[in-house]
Amino acid sequence: MSAETSTPADAVELAGAGTYSPDNPAPVIEPPRTRTKSTPRATRTNFEMYGWLFMRLSGIVLVVLVLGHLLIQLVLDGGVTKIGFAFVAGRWASPFWQMWDLLMLWLAMLHGANGLRTVINDYAERDNTRFWLKMLLYTATVFTVFLGTLVIFTFDPNIQ
Amino acid sequence: MPAGTLYRGREGMWSWVAHRVTGVLIFFFLFVHVLDTSLVRVSPQAYDNVVATYKNPIVNLMEYGLVAAILFHALNGLRVIAVDFWSKGPKYQRQMLWSVVGIWIVLMAGAFYPVLDHTLRTLFGS
Repeated sequence: MSAETSTPADAVELAGAGTYSPDNPAPVIEPPRTRTKSTPRATRTNFEMYGWLFMRLSGIVLVVLVLGHLLIQLVLDGGVTKIGFAFVAGRWASPFWQMWDLLMLWLAMLHGANGLRTVINDYAERDNTRFWLKMLLYTATVFTVFLGTLVIFTFDPNIQ
Repeated sequence: MPAGTLYRGREGMWSWVAHRVTGVLIFFFLFVHVLDTSLVRVSPQAYDNVVATYKNPIVNLMEYGLVAAILFHALNGLRVIAVDFWSKGPKYQRQMLWSVVGIWIVLMAGAFYPVLDHTLRTLFGS
């Protein structure tokens, strides 16, 4: 008698793996998506939903801020002809207009950056192209927001 | 081209295309605009020099185009919000688009003279 004839009837023989039975169980293979201690608590976030919501909330505020800005800069009091260093100095003497411009800068840049992120995700098909275009976008956005913020807060009407 | 592969979503699709195109244009302008405004930190002359560019008739015409893009993006954006949050929004999306276009035409007509006044005076004298 060979060794095989002595195994129970429900034993399964796997090619090259020997014989498994209730007494000699096969190793457990963990299902690929099982949550373990090392799995992050949240494997998905609601980032895209918050992005979607931000576009709508910032959009409503920007309608007021940007249309007001266009009205002041391009329509009232001679339109573009009045704009110059003295005009900027006059407006930024007031904290109200400083805050207006600061809020407009941040909201418009984030709103625009998120919009362009969507556009890049839609049209750049190669992984590398998409990654580098977004890195360029984020770099330009951070640079512009910080430059603008710095200029609003450090503006000096008596420069020179 | 095989039949039936060209997607033509009528008003819904074209307003989406226009929203995208105007959005990208506005973002690129915003980037340049923050840079030119930053010149107030360099010197009054540097800032006034670059603002002189904005007073050039051709650039002034482009400002009118910028106003056109921003007004469309703003009005259509409010329509998108209504489609998303108002229970009857999807049902009336087409009527809302034509309202957007109507309000846009009125505002553009109203902005024509104040925005381009400078150019009209420069080009046609007196």
